[in-house]
Amino acid sequence: MSMATDNKVQIEVSNNHTTTENNTTQKRVVYDTKNLNLWYSENHALKDINLEMKENEVTAIIGPSGCGKSTYIKTLNRMVELVPGVSTTGSIAYKGNNILDKAMNVEDLRTRVGMVFQKPNPFPKSIYENVAYGPKIHGIKKKALLDDIVEKSLRGAAIWDEVKDRLNENAYGLSGGQQQRICIARCLAIEPDVILMDEPTSALDPISTLKIEELIKELKQKYTIIIVTHNMQQAARISDRTVFMLNGEVVEFSETDQLFSNPKDKRTEDYITGRFG
Amino acid sequence: MAKSSGSNLNSAVNVSELIAENKKKKSINNYMEKLVPAILFLLASITVLTTIGILYTLISQAVHFFMEIPILDFFTGTELKPLSQNPEFGILPLLNGTIFSSLIAILVAGPIGIMSAIYLSEYASDKLRRILKPLLEVLAGIPTIVYGFFAFTFVTPLIRSIWPQVEATNILSPGIVMGVMIIPMIASLSEDAMTSVPNGIREGSLAMGTTKLETTIKVVIPAAFSGIMASFVLAISRAIGETMIVTIASGSSKNFTFDLTQSMQTMTAYIVEVSGGEAPAGSTLYYSLYAVALTLFVFTLIMNLLAKYISRKFREEY
Repeated sequence: MSMATDNKVQIEVSNNHTTTENNTTQKRVVYDTKNLNLWYSENHALKDINLEMKENEVTAIIGPSGCGKSTYIKTLNRMVELVPGVSTTGSIAYKGNNILDKAMNVEDLRTRVGMVFQKPNPFPKSIYENVAYGPKIHGIKKKALLDDIVEKSLRGAAIWDEVKDRLNENAYGLSGGQQQRICIARCLAIEPDVILMDEPTSALDPISTLKIEELIKELKQKYTIIIVTHNMQQAARISDRTVFMLNGEVVEFSETDQLFSNPKDKRTEDYITGRFG
Repeated sequence: MAKSSGSNLNSAVNVSELIAENKKKKSINNYMEKLVPAILFLLASITVLTTIGILYTLISQAVHFFMEIPILDFFTGTELKPLSQNPEFGILPLLNGTIFSSLIAILVAGPIGIMSAIYLSEYASDKLRRILKPLLEVLAGIPTIVYGFFAFTFVTPLIRSIWPQVEATNILSPGIVMGVMIIPMIASLSEDAMTSVPNGIREGSLAMGTTKLETTIKVVIPAAFSGIMASFVLAISRAIGETMIVTIASGSSKNFTFDLTQSMQTMTAYIVEVSGGEAPAGSTLYYSLYAVALTLFVFTLIMNLLAKYISRKFREEY
Protein backbone atom coordinates (compact mmCIF):
# COMPACT_ATOMS: atom_id res chain seq x y z
CA MET A 1 0.00 0.00 0.00
CA SER A 2 1.67 3.11 -1.12
CA MET A 3 -0.83 5.27 0.73
CA ALA A 4 -0.37 4.22 4.28
CA THR A 5 3.21 4.53 5.33
CA ASP A 6 3.90 4.06 9.04
CA ASN A 7 5.45 7.37 9.85
CA LYS A 8 3.13 9.53 7.81
CA VAL A 9 -0.29 8.38 8.89
CA GLN A 10 -1.65 9.90 12.04
CA ILE A 11 -4.26 7.61 13.40
CA GLU A 12 -6.92 9.78 14.85
CA VAL A 13 -9.70 7.33 15.51
CA SER A 14 -10.28 8.62 19.02
CA ASN A 15 -10.39 12.23 17.83
CA ASN A 16 -12.83 11.43 15.11
CA HIS A 17 -15.09 9.86 17.63
CA THR A 18 -15.37 13.01 19.62
CA THR A 19 -15.96 15.11 16.51
CA THR A 20 -18.84 12.89 15.54
CA GLU A 21 -20.40 13.11 18.97
CA ASN A 22 -19.84 16.80 19.40
CA ASN A 23 -21.45 17.57 16.10
CA THR A 24 -24.40 19.83 16.72
CA THR A 25 -26.46 18.96 13.62
CA GLN A 26 -28.55 15.82 13.66
CA LYS A 27 -26.94 14.34 10.56
CA ARG A 28 -24.00 12.05 11.21
CA VAL A 29 -20.61 12.83 9.74
CA VAL A 30 -19.74 10.19 7.17
CA TYR A 31 -16.36 11.41 6.04
CA ASP A 32 -14.13 13.46 8.28
CA THR A 33 -10.97 14.51 6.50
CA LYS A 34 -8.19 15.96 8.63
CA ASN A 35 -4.97 17.53 7.42
CA LEU A 36 -4.92 15.43 4.29
CA ASN A 37 -1.92 15.87 2.05
CA LEU A 38 -1.34 13.85 -1.08
CA TRP A 39 1.58 13.63 -3.43
CA TYR A 40 1.89 12.08 -6.88
CA SER A 41 5.60 11.32 -6.59
CA GLU A 42 6.92 14.88 -6.13
CA ASN A 43 3.77 16.70 -7.14
CA HIS A 44 1.90 18.00 -4.12
CA ALA A 45 -1.68 17.47 -5.33
CA LEU A 46 -3.73 17.91 -2.16
CA LYS A 47 -2.69 20.41 0.50
CA ASP A 48 -3.91 20.20 4.05
CA ILE A 49 -7.53 19.33 3.34
CA ASN A 50 -10.01 19.50 6.21
CA LEU A 51 -13.60 18.61 5.38
CA GLU A 52 -16.62 17.04 7.01
CA MET A 53 -19.24 15.38 4.89
CA LYS A 54 -22.61 14.47 6.26
CA GLU A 55 -25.04 11.64 5.85
CA ASN A 56 -27.86 11.89 3.28
CA GLU A 57 -26.52 15.05 1.79
CA VAL A 58 -25.22 15.85 -1.64
CA THR A 59 -21.81 17.45 -1.36
CA ALA A 60 -20.50 18.94 -4.57
CA ILE A 61 -16.84 19.60 -5.20
CA ILE A 62 -16.14 22.29 -7.77
CA GLY A 63 -13.01 23.93 -9.07
CA PRO A 64 -10.99 24.42 -12.24
CA SER A 65 -9.22 21.53 -13.99
CA GLY A 66 -6.24 20.24 -12.07
CA CYS A 67 -7.40 21.62 -8.73
CA GLY A 68 -7.36 18.18 -7.14
CA LYS A 69 -11.10 17.56 -6.94
CA SER A 70 -10.94 14.21 -8.73
CA THR A 71 -7.89 13.20 -6.75
CA TYR A 72 -9.72 13.98 -3.54
CA ILE A 73 -12.84 11.99 -4.40
CA LYS A 74 -10.69 9.05 -5.47
CA THR A 75 -8.93 9.18 -2.14
CA LEU A 76 -12.27 8.62 -0.42
CA ASN A 77 -12.40 5.04 -1.72
CA ARG A 78 -8.65 4.76 -2.18
CA MET A 79 -8.95 4.30 -5.93
CA VAL A 80 -6.20 6.88 -6.12
CA GLU A 81 -3.80 4.12 -5.13
CA LEU A 82 -4.05 2.67 -8.62
CA VAL A 83 -1.76 5.51 -9.69
CA PRO A 84 1.82 4.46 -8.96
CA GLY A 85 3.85 6.66 -6.62
CA VAL A 86 1.03 8.10 -4.52
CA SER A 87 1.71 8.96 -0.90
CA THR A 88 -0.43 10.65 1.74
CA THR A 89 -0.36 12.13 5.22
CA GLY A 90 -3.24 13.03 7.48
CA SER A 91 -6.40 11.05 7.96
CA ILE A 92 -9.81 10.44 6.47
CA ALA A 93 -12.21 8.96 8.95
CA TYR A 94 -15.04 7.04 7.37
CA LYS A 95 -17.63 6.53 10.12
CA GLY A 96 -14.87 6.83 12.66
CA ASN A 97 -12.29 4.55 11.00
CA ASN A 98 -9.25 5.99 9.34
CA ILE A 99 -9.37 4.65 5.81
CA LEU A 100 -5.76 5.59 5.17
CA ASP A 101 -4.75 3.23 7.93
CA LYS A 102 -2.97 0.06 6.87
CA ALA A 103 -5.47 -2.03 8.79
CA MET A 104 -8.36 -0.77 6.64
CA ASN A 105 -9.42 -3.37 4.11
CA VAL A 106 -9.92 -1.54 0.80
CA GLU A 107 -12.31 -4.18 -0.51
CA ASP A 108 -14.59 -3.67 2.51
CA LEU A 109 -14.37 0.09 2.14
CA ARG A 110 -15.24 -0.02 -1.55
CA THR A 111 -18.16 -2.33 -0.86
CA ARG A 112 -19.61 0.38 1.39
CA VAL A 113 -18.62 3.26 -0.87
CA GLY A 114 -19.71 2.99 -4.48
CA MET A 115 -18.32 5.00 -7.35
CA VAL A 116 -19.63 6.31 -10.65
CA PHE A 117 -17.00 7.42 -13.13
CA GLN A 118 -16.65 10.22 -15.60
CA LYS A 119 -16.94 7.98 -18.63
CA PRO A 120 -19.68 5.34 -18.42
CA ASN A 121 -17.84 2.07 -17.90
CA PRO A 122 -20.29 -0.83 -18.01
CA PHE A 123 -18.74 -4.26 -18.35
CA PRO A 124 -18.97 -5.87 -21.79
CA LYS A 125 -21.71 -8.13 -20.48
CA SER A 126 -25.51 -8.15 -20.57
CA ILE A 127 -27.44 -5.47 -18.71
CA TYR A 128 -28.54 -8.09 -16.19
CA GLU A 129 -25.01 -9.36 -15.63
CA ASN A 130 -23.73 -5.82 -15.19
CA VAL A 131 -26.09 -5.15 -12.32
CA ALA A 132 -25.85 -8.62 -10.82
CA TYR A 133 -22.04 -8.48 -10.90
CA GLY A 134 -21.54 -6.91 -7.48
CA PRO A 135 -24.02 -9.07 -5.54
CA LYS A 136 -22.68 -12.19 -7.28
CA ILE A 137 -19.06 -11.46 -6.51
CA HIS A 138 -19.97 -10.78 -2.91
CA GLY A 139 -21.51 -14.24 -2.63
CA ILE A 140 -25.20 -13.86 -3.48
CA LYS A 141 -26.06 -16.78 -5.74
CA LYS A 142 -29.83 -17.35 -5.57
CA LYS A 143 -31.35 -16.56 -8.95
CA ALA A 144 -34.65 -15.29 -7.52
CA LEU A 145 -32.88 -12.96 -5.14
CA LEU A 146 -30.56 -11.71 -7.88
CA ASP A 147 -33.58 -11.06 -10.11
CA ASP A 148 -35.09 -8.94 -7.35
CA ILE A 149 -31.86 -7.04 -6.77
CA VAL A 150 -31.44 -6.33 -10.48
CA GLU A 151 -34.98 -5.01 -10.82
CA LYS A 152 -34.77 -2.95 -7.65
CA SER A 153 -31.42 -1.44 -8.64
CA LEU A 154 -32.51 -0.65 -12.19
CA ARG A 155 -35.68 0.98 -10.82
CA GLY A 156 -33.53 2.87 -8.33
CA ALA A 157 -31.42 4.19 -11.18
CA ALA A 158 -34.57 5.18 -13.12
CA ILE A 159 -33.81 2.98 -16.08
CA TRP A 160 -35.96 -0.11 -15.46
CA ASP A 161 -38.70 0.90 -17.89
CA GLU A 162 -36.19 1.49 -20.67
CA VAL A 163 -34.37 -1.82 -20.35
CA LYS A 164 -36.76 -4.31 -18.74
CA ASP A 165 -37.46 -6.03 -22.05
CA ARG A 166 -33.83 -6.41 -23.01
CA LEU A 167 -32.00 -7.36 -19.85
CA ASN A 168 -29.98 -9.95 -21.76
CA GLU A 169 -28.65 -7.55 -24.33
CA ASN A 170 -25.13 -6.20 -24.11
CA ALA A 171 -24.95 -2.99 -22.11
CA TYR A 172 -22.80 -1.47 -24.86
CA GLY A 173 -25.87 -1.27 -27.08
CA LEU A 174 -27.30 1.47 -24.86
CA SER A 175 -26.79 5.20 -25.21
CA GLY A 176 -24.18 6.98 -23.10
CA GLY A 177 -26.79 8.31 -20.67
CA GLN A 178 -28.38 4.90 -20.30
CA GLN A 179 -24.97 3.31 -19.79
CA GLN A 180 -24.25 5.78 -17.01
CA ARG A 181 -27.54 4.90 -15.30
CA ILE A 182 -26.64 1.20 -15.66
CA CYS A 183 -23.40 2.04 -13.87
CA ILE A 184 -25.39 3.75 -11.13
CA ALA A 185 -27.68 0.69 -10.91
CA ARG A 186 -24.60 -1.51 -10.71
CA CYS A 187 -23.44 0.62 -7.84
CA LEU A 188 -26.82 0.49 -6.05
CA ALA A 189 -27.00 -3.29 -6.36
CA ILE A 190 -24.64 -3.81 -3.42
CA GLU A 191 -26.45 -1.16 -1.36
CA PRO A 192 -23.54 1.07 -0.45
CA ASP A 193 -23.78 3.88 2.11
CA VAL A 194 -22.01 6.47 0.01
CA ILE A 195 -21.90 7.04 -3.73
CA LEU A 196 -18.95 8.95 -5.10
CA MET A 197 -19.53 10.51 -8.50
CA ASP A 198 -16.60 11.78 -10.50
CA GLU A 199 -18.06 14.17 -13.10
CA PRO A 200 -20.79 11.66 -13.95
CA THR A 201 -22.44 13.81 -16.59
CA SER A 202 -19.45 15.38 -18.32
CA ALA A 203 -19.63 12.85 -21.18
CA LEU A 204 -23.40 13.07 -21.56
CA ASP A 205 -25.89 15.14 -23.53
CA PRO A 206 -28.12 17.71 -21.74
CA ILE A 207 -31.20 15.46 -21.55
CA SER A 208 -29.27 12.55 -20.07
CA THR A 209 -27.61 15.00 -17.71
CA LEU A 210 -30.98 16.20 -16.53
CA LYS A 211 -32.13 12.64 -15.89
CA ILE A 212 -29.03 11.86 -13.86
CA GLU A 213 -29.43 15.06 -11.86
CA GLU A 214 -33.02 14.19 -11.02
CA LEU A 215 -31.83 10.75 -10.04
CA ILE A 216 -29.21 12.19 -7.72
CA LYS A 217 -31.86 14.22 -5.91
CA GLU A 218 -33.86 11.05 -5.35
CA LEU A 219 -30.88 8.95 -4.31
CA LYS A 220 -30.08 11.48 -1.62
CA GLN A 221 -32.96 10.11 0.46
CA LYS A 222 -31.09 6.86 0.97
CA TYR A 223 -27.47 7.57 0.19
CA THR A 224 -24.77 10.05 0.94
CA ILE A 225 -23.56 11.49 -2.33
CA ILE A 226 -20.31 13.23 -3.06
CA ILE A 227 -20.08 14.58 -6.57
CA VAL A 228 -17.24 16.19 -8.43
CA THR A 229 -18.38 18.51 -11.18
CA HIS A 230 -16.87 21.24 -13.27
CA ASN A 231 -20.35 22.50 -13.99
CA MET A 232 -21.20 25.15 -11.40
CA GLN A 233 -24.87 25.27 -12.35
CA GLN A 234 -25.03 21.56 -11.72
CA ALA A 235 -23.53 21.96 -8.28
CA ALA A 236 -26.00 24.75 -7.54
CA ARG A 237 -28.95 22.67 -8.76
CA ILE A 238 -28.33 19.42 -6.93
CA SER A 239 -26.07 19.88 -3.93
CA ASP A 240 -26.71 20.78 -0.31
CA ARG A 241 -23.18 21.85 0.36
CA THR A 242 -20.36 22.82 -1.93
CA VAL A 243 -16.61 22.66 -1.68
CA PHE A 244 -14.57 24.99 -3.83
CA MET A 245 -11.05 23.79 -4.45
CA LEU A 246 -8.14 25.58 -6.06
CA ASN A 247 -4.56 24.37 -6.60
CA GLY A 248 -5.01 21.42 -4.25
CA GLU A 249 -6.47 23.46 -1.42
CA VAL A 250 -9.99 23.89 -0.11
CA VAL A 251 -10.80 27.54 -0.53
CA GLU A 252 -14.34 27.50 0.74
CA PHE A 253 -16.78 24.95 2.06
CA SER A 254 -20.31 25.96 2.96
CA GLU A 255 -24.01 25.55 2.21
CA THR A 256 -24.50 25.64 -1.54
CA ASP A 257 -26.88 28.63 -1.44
CA GLN A 258 -24.47 30.51 0.73
CA LEU A 259 -21.45 29.72 -1.41
CA PHE A 260 -23.08 30.80 -4.64
CA SER A 261 -24.97 33.84 -3.35
CA ASN A 262 -22.57 35.15 -0.80
CA PRO A 263 -19.08 33.69 -1.18
CA LYS A 264 -16.72 34.60 1.63
CA ASP A 265 -13.52 34.26 -0.31
CA LYS A 266 -12.57 36.54 -3.20
CA ARG A 267 -11.24 33.59 -5.22
CA THR A 268 -14.57 31.75 -4.89
CA GLU A 269 -16.37 34.82 -6.10
CA ASP A 270 -14.01 35.18 -9.04
CA TYR A 271 -14.52 31.56 -9.98
CA ILE A 272 -18.30 31.42 -9.71
CA THR A 273 -18.70 34.68 -11.58
CA GLY A 274 -16.61 33.20 -14.38
CA ARG A 275 -13.56 35.38 -14.05
CA PHE A 276 -11.29 32.32 -14.37
CA GLY A 277 -11.47 28.52 -14.66
CA MET B 1 -3.52 37.89 -48.37
CA ALA B 2 -0.38 37.52 -50.45
CA LYS B 3 -1.19 40.54 -52.54
CA SER B 4 -2.01 42.94 -49.74
CA SER B 5 1.02 42.10 -47.60
CA GLY B 6 3.27 41.76 -50.64
CA SER B 7 3.19 45.48 -51.40
CA ASN B 8 4.59 46.23 -47.94
CA LEU B 9 7.60 43.93 -48.26
CA ASN B 10 10.73 44.59 -50.31
CA SER B 11 11.26 41.05 -51.60
CA ALA B 12 7.61 40.60 -52.41
CA VAL B 13 6.74 37.27 -54.04
CA ASN B 14 3.33 36.32 -55.15
CA VAL B 15 2.86 32.93 -53.55
CA SER B 16 -0.37 32.05 -55.26
CA GLU B 17 1.22 32.71 -58.67
CA LEU B 18 4.22 30.56 -57.77
CA ILE B 19 1.94 27.72 -56.73
CA ALA B 20 -0.04 28.03 -59.95
CA GLU B 21 3.21 27.86 -61.92
CA ASN B 22 4.36 24.79 -60.04
CA LYS B 23 1.01 23.15 -60.62
CA LYS B 24 1.64 23.23 -64.37
CA LYS B 25 4.87 21.26 -63.91
CA LYS B 26 3.01 18.64 -61.95
CA SER B 27 1.68 16.70 -64.91
CA ILE B 28 4.35 14.02 -64.39
CA ASN B 29 3.26 13.78 -60.76
CA ASN B 30 -0.32 13.28 -61.83
CA TYR B 31 0.83 10.39 -63.96
CA MET B 32 2.70 8.86 -61.02
CA GLU B 33 -0.38 9.37 -58.88
CA LYS B 34 -2.25 6.95 -61.11
CA LEU B 35 0.64 4.57 -61.72
CA VAL B 36 1.65 4.01 -58.10
CA PRO B 37 -1.61 2.38 -56.97
CA ALA B 38 -1.40 0.03 -59.94
CA ILE B 39 2.15 -1.02 -58.97
CA LEU B 40 1.15 -1.41 -55.35
CA PHE B 41 -1.82 -3.52 -56.40
CA LEU B 42 0.41 -5.81 -58.45
CA LEU B 43 2.85 -6.27 -55.60
CA ALA B 44 0.04 -6.89 -53.15
CA SER B 45 -1.49 -9.53 -55.40
CA ILE B 46 1.74 -11.57 -55.37
CA THR B 47 0.76 -13.19 -52.06
CA VAL B 48 -2.71 -13.98 -53.24
CA LEU B 49 -1.47 -15.34 -56.56
CA THR B 50 1.13 -17.48 -54.81
CA THR B 51 -1.51 -19.00 -52.59
CA ILE B 52 -3.71 -19.71 -55.57
CA GLY B 53 -0.71 -21.20 -57.39
CA ILE B 54 0.18 -23.49 -54.51
CA LEU B 55 -3.39 -24.57 -54.13
CA TYR B 56 -3.64 -25.28 -57.87
CA THR B 57 -0.45 -27.38 -57.81
CA LEU B 58 -1.58 -29.32 -54.77
CA ILE B 59 -5.00 -30.08 -56.20
CA SER B 60 -3.83 -30.94 -59.72
CA GLN B 61 -1.21 -33.37 -58.42
CA ALA B 62 -3.41 -34.82 -55.68
CA VAL B 63 -5.96 -35.69 -58.35
CA HIS B 64 -3.48 -38.21 -59.77
CA PHE B 65 -3.16 -39.77 -56.36
CA PHE B 66 -6.88 -40.05 -55.81
CA MET B 67 -7.25 -41.71 -59.21
CA GLU B 68 -5.19 -44.59 -57.86
CA ILE B 69 -6.22 -44.58 -54.22
CA PRO B 70 -9.92 -43.98 -53.56
CA ILE B 71 -10.43 -40.89 -51.45
CA LEU B 72 -12.42 -42.83 -48.85
CA ASP B 73 -9.65 -45.40 -48.40
CA PHE B 74 -7.15 -42.59 -47.99
CA PHE B 75 -9.07 -40.89 -45.21
CA THR B 76 -10.16 -44.06 -43.40
CA GLY B 77 -7.06 -46.22 -43.86
CA THR B 78 -5.17 -46.99 -40.69
CA GLU B 79 -2.19 -48.50 -42.52
CA LEU B 80 0.47 -46.35 -44.11
CA LYS B 81 3.11 -48.46 -45.85
CA PRO B 82 4.23 -46.39 -48.81
CA LEU B 83 7.41 -48.38 -49.45
CA SER B 84 6.16 -51.91 -48.99
CA GLN B 85 5.59 -54.44 -51.80
CA ASN B 86 1.88 -53.89 -51.40
CA PRO B 87 1.83 -50.22 -50.52
CA GLU B 88 -1.02 -48.88 -48.45
CA PHE B 89 -1.92 -45.26 -48.20
CA GLY B 90 -4.13 -44.52 -45.20
CA ILE B 91 -3.64 -41.06 -43.76
CA LEU B 92 -5.01 -41.83 -40.30
CA PRO B 93 -1.60 -42.61 -38.73
CA LEU B 94 -0.38 -39.21 -39.88
CA LEU B 95 -3.53 -37.41 -38.75
CA ASN B 96 -3.20 -39.18 -35.46
CA GLY B 97 0.40 -38.08 -35.06
CA THR B 98 -0.43 -34.51 -36.00
CA ILE B 99 -3.40 -34.27 -33.68
CA PHE B 100 -1.55 -35.88 -30.78
CA SER B 101 1.52 -33.70 -31.02
CA SER B 102 -0.60 -30.54 -31.36
CA LEU B 103 -2.80 -31.58 -28.47
CA ILE B 104 0.18 -32.15 -26.19
CA ALA B 105 1.60 -28.83 -27.31
CA ILE B 106 -1.58 -26.89 -26.53
CA LEU B 107 -1.97 -28.65 -23.18
CA VAL B 108 1.50 -27.44 -22.28
CA ALA B 109 1.29 -23.98 -23.83
CA GLY B 110 -2.31 -23.08 -23.01
CA PRO B 111 -2.11 -22.85 -19.22
CA ILE B 112 1.44 -21.47 -19.15
CA GLY B 113 0.75 -18.99 -21.92
CA ILE B 114 -2.41 -17.61 -20.37
CA MET B 115 -0.90 -17.39 -16.88
CA SER B 116 2.04 -15.48 -18.33
CA ALA B 117 -0.36 -13.17 -20.13
CA ILE B 118 -2.32 -12.53 -16.93
CA TYR B 119 0.85 -11.77 -15.04
CA LEU B 120 2.21 -9.47 -17.72
CA SER B 121 -1.00 -7.56 -18.29
CA GLU B 122 -2.45 -7.35 -14.78
CA TYR B 123 0.34 -7.70 -12.26
CA ALA B 124 3.72 -6.82 -13.72
CA SER B 125 4.84 -3.22 -13.41
CA ASP B 126 5.32 -1.28 -16.63
CA LYS B 127 9.05 -1.49 -16.25
CA LEU B 128 9.04 -5.24 -15.74
CA ARG B 129 6.67 -5.78 -18.65
CA ARG B 130 8.92 -3.83 -20.97
CA ILE B 131 11.75 -6.19 -20.06
CA LEU B 132 9.83 -9.47 -19.91
CA LYS B 133 7.74 -9.25 -23.06
CA PRO B 134 10.62 -8.94 -25.53
CA LEU B 135 12.42 -11.75 -23.67
CA LEU B 136 9.36 -13.94 -24.05
CA GLU B 137 9.21 -13.15 -27.72
CA VAL B 138 12.83 -14.21 -28.16
CA LEU B 139 11.59 -17.72 -27.47
CA ALA B 140 9.52 -17.43 -30.65
CA GLY B 141 12.59 -16.50 -32.66
CA ILE B 142 14.56 -19.68 -31.93
CA PRO B 143 14.88 -21.76 -35.12
CA THR B 144 12.70 -24.84 -34.90
CA ILE B 145 15.61 -27.12 -35.78
CA VAL B 146 17.18 -26.05 -32.49
CA TYR B 147 14.00 -26.98 -30.69
CA GLY B 148 13.99 -30.34 -32.46
CA PHE B 149 17.55 -31.01 -31.45
CA PHE B 150 16.70 -29.92 -27.91
CA ALA B 151 13.72 -32.30 -27.82
CA PHE B 152 15.78 -35.22 -29.09
CA THR B 153 18.97 -34.78 -27.06
CA PHE B 154 17.66 -33.20 -23.88
CA VAL B 155 13.94 -33.61 -23.28
CA THR B 156 13.62 -37.22 -24.43
CA PRO B 157 16.50 -38.48 -22.23
CA LEU B 158 15.03 -36.48 -19.35
CA ILE B 159 11.62 -38.10 -19.80
CA ARG B 160 13.23 -41.50 -20.19
CA SER B 161 15.10 -41.10 -16.93
CA ILE B 162 11.76 -40.73 -15.16
CA TRP B 163 9.64 -42.95 -17.38
CA PRO B 164 11.90 -45.65 -18.89
CA GLN B 165 9.19 -47.15 -21.14
CA VAL B 166 9.35 -44.10 -23.39
CA GLU B 167 11.06 -44.89 -26.66
CA ALA B 168 14.03 -43.00 -28.04
CA THR B 169 11.77 -41.40 -30.58
CA ASN B 170 8.32 -40.65 -29.24
CA ILE B 171 5.51 -38.15 -29.69
CA LEU B 172 5.52 -36.89 -26.10
CA SER B 173 8.83 -35.08 -26.14
CA PRO B 174 8.33 -33.14 -29.40
CA GLY B 175 4.78 -32.36 -28.24
CA ILE B 176 6.09 -30.77 -25.06
CA VAL B 177 8.81 -28.87 -26.88
CA MET B 178 6.33 -27.61 -29.46
CA GLY B 179 4.26 -26.43 -26.51
CA VAL B 180 7.23 -24.44 -25.26
CA MET B 181 7.66 -23.05 -28.75
CA ILE B 182 4.09 -21.72 -28.94
CA ILE B 183 3.95 -20.30 -25.39
CA PRO B 184 5.18 -16.88 -26.55
CA MET B 185 2.52 -16.79 -29.22
CA ILE B 186 -0.30 -17.44 -26.76
CA ALA B 187 1.22 -15.26 -24.05
CA SER B 188 1.92 -12.35 -26.36
CA LEU B 189 -1.39 -12.36 -28.24
CA SER B 190 -3.43 -12.94 -25.07
CA GLU B 191 -1.51 -10.19 -23.33
CA ASP B 192 -2.34 -7.84 -26.19
CA ALA B 193 -6.01 -8.79 -25.90
CA MET B 194 -6.04 -8.23 -22.14
CA THR B 195 -4.09 -4.98 -22.27
CA SER B 196 -6.58 -3.58 -24.77
CA VAL B 197 -9.40 -4.01 -22.25
CA PRO B 198 -10.02 -0.40 -21.16
CA ASN B 199 -8.86 0.53 -17.68
CA GLY B 200 -12.24 2.06 -16.93
CA ILE B 201 -13.73 -1.41 -16.83
CA ARG B 202 -11.14 -2.61 -14.33
CA GLU B 203 -11.74 0.47 -12.19
CA GLY B 204 -15.49 -0.09 -12.36
CA SER B 205 -15.00 -3.54 -10.95
CA LEU B 206 -12.38 -2.62 -8.34
CA ALA B 207 -14.58 0.25 -7.12
CA MET B 208 -17.22 -2.33 -6.19
CA GLY B 209 -14.92 -3.86 -3.63
CA THR B 210 -13.59 -6.74 -5.69
CA THR B 211 -10.03 -7.96 -5.44
CA LYS B 212 -7.61 -7.74 -8.30
CA LEU B 213 -7.89 -11.46 -8.93
CA GLU B 214 -11.69 -11.35 -9.02
CA THR B 215 -11.55 -8.45 -11.45
CA THR B 216 -9.09 -10.29 -13.66
CA ILE B 217 -11.11 -13.50 -13.75
CA LYS B 218 -14.63 -12.09 -13.89
CA VAL B 219 -14.13 -9.00 -16.00
CA VAL B 220 -10.82 -8.77 -17.84
CA ILE B 221 -10.58 -12.34 -19.13
CA PRO B 222 -14.21 -12.47 -20.34
CA ALA B 223 -13.71 -9.12 -22.04
CA ALA B 224 -10.55 -10.36 -23.75
CA PHE B 225 -12.00 -13.80 -24.43
CA SER B 226 -12.10 -13.52 -28.20
CA GLY B 227 -8.47 -12.49 -28.41
CA ILE B 228 -7.40 -15.25 -26.07
CA MET B 229 -9.29 -17.90 -28.05
CA ALA B 230 -7.91 -16.61 -31.30
CA SER B 231 -4.39 -16.89 -29.88
CA PHE B 232 -5.10 -20.51 -28.96
CA VAL B 233 -6.36 -21.40 -32.40
CA LEU B 234 -3.45 -19.68 -34.13
CA ALA B 235 -1.04 -21.49 -31.81
CA ILE B 236 -2.65 -24.85 -32.63
CA SER B 237 -2.41 -24.01 -36.29
CA ARG B 238 1.27 -23.29 -35.82
CA ALA B 239 1.75 -26.61 -34.02
CA ILE B 240 -0.02 -28.49 -36.80
CA GLY B 241 2.28 -27.01 -39.39
CA GLU B 242 5.43 -27.47 -37.31
CA THR B 243 7.90 -29.79 -39.03
CA MET B 244 11.45 -29.97 -37.75
CA ILE B 245 10.75 -30.76 -34.11
CA VAL B 246 8.56 -33.75 -34.90
CA THR B 247 10.76 -34.96 -37.73
CA ILE B 248 13.78 -35.09 -35.47
CA ALA B 249 12.29 -36.19 -32.17
CA SER B 250 9.37 -38.40 -33.15
CA GLY B 251 11.00 -40.56 -35.80
CA SER B 252 9.26 -41.96 -38.82
CA SER B 253 7.24 -44.92 -37.55
CA LYS B 254 3.83 -44.74 -39.11
CA ASN B 255 2.12 -46.13 -36.02
CA PHE B 256 -1.59 -45.76 -35.64
CA THR B 257 -1.61 -45.76 -31.86
CA PHE B 258 -2.73 -43.76 -28.89
CA ASP B 259 0.40 -44.60 -26.91
CA LEU B 260 2.33 -41.39 -26.25
CA THR B 261 5.55 -43.24 -25.54
CA GLN B 262 5.80 -44.45 -29.12
CA SER B 263 7.08 -42.85 -32.23
CA MET B 264 4.40 -41.35 -34.46
CA GLN B 265 4.73 -39.49 -37.70
CA THR B 266 2.96 -36.25 -38.45
CA MET B 267 1.82 -35.08 -41.87
CA THR B 268 4.67 -32.62 -42.02
CA ALA B 269 7.28 -35.19 -41.06
CA TYR B 270 5.94 -37.58 -43.72
CA ILE B 271 6.39 -34.91 -46.36
CA VAL B 272 9.97 -34.36 -45.21
CA GLU B 273 10.70 -38.07 -45.33
CA VAL B 274 9.17 -38.75 -48.73
CA SER B 275 10.43 -35.65 -50.44
CA GLY B 276 13.89 -36.52 -49.17
CA GLY B 277 14.60 -38.26 -52.46
CA GLU B 278 12.94 -41.62 -52.15
CA ALA B 279 9.99 -40.88 -54.36
CA PRO B 280 10.37 -41.35 -58.13
CA ALA B 281 8.38 -38.69 -59.97
CA GLY B 282 5.02 -39.93 -61.16
CA SER B 283 4.77 -42.77 -58.64
CA THR B 284 1.88 -43.13 -56.23
CA LEU B 285 4.34 -42.39 -53.45
CA TYR B 286 5.24 -39.15 -55.15
CA TYR B 287 1.63 -38.13 -55.60
CA SER B 288 0.83 -39.09 -52.02
CA LEU B 289 2.96 -36.10 -51.00
CA TYR B 290 0.46 -33.80 -52.61
CA ALA B 291 -2.52 -35.55 -51.08
CA VAL B 292 -1.00 -35.22 -47.61
CA ALA B 293 0.07 -31.63 -48.26
CA LEU B 294 -3.44 -30.77 -49.40
CA THR B 295 -4.91 -32.28 -46.23
CA LEU B 296 -2.44 -30.29 -44.16
CA PHE B 297 -3.30 -27.13 -46.05
CA VAL B 298 -7.01 -27.65 -45.43
CA PHE B 299 -6.34 -28.32 -41.74
CA THR B 300 -4.42 -25.11 -41.13
CA LEU B 301 -6.79 -23.14 -43.34
CA ILE B 302 -9.74 -24.27 -41.22
CA MET B 303 -7.85 -23.33 -38.06
CA ASN B 304 -7.02 -19.87 -39.34
CA LEU B 305 -10.57 -19.27 -40.51
CA LEU B 306 -11.79 -20.45 -37.11
CA ALA B 307 -9.49 -17.95 -35.39
CA LYS B 308 -10.87 -15.18 -37.60
CA TYR B 309 -14.43 -16.27 -36.93
CA ILE B 310 -13.90 -16.42 -33.17
CA SER B 311 -12.27 -13.04 -32.94
CA ARG B 312 -15.06 -11.48 -34.99
CA LYS B 313 -17.98 -13.32 -33.42
CA PHE B 314 -16.99 -12.85 -29.80
CA ARG B 315 -15.37 -9.48 -30.12
CA GLU B 316 -16.45 -7.12 -27.39
CA GLU B 317 -17.01 -3.55 -28.42
CA TYR B 318 -15.79 -1.11 -25.90
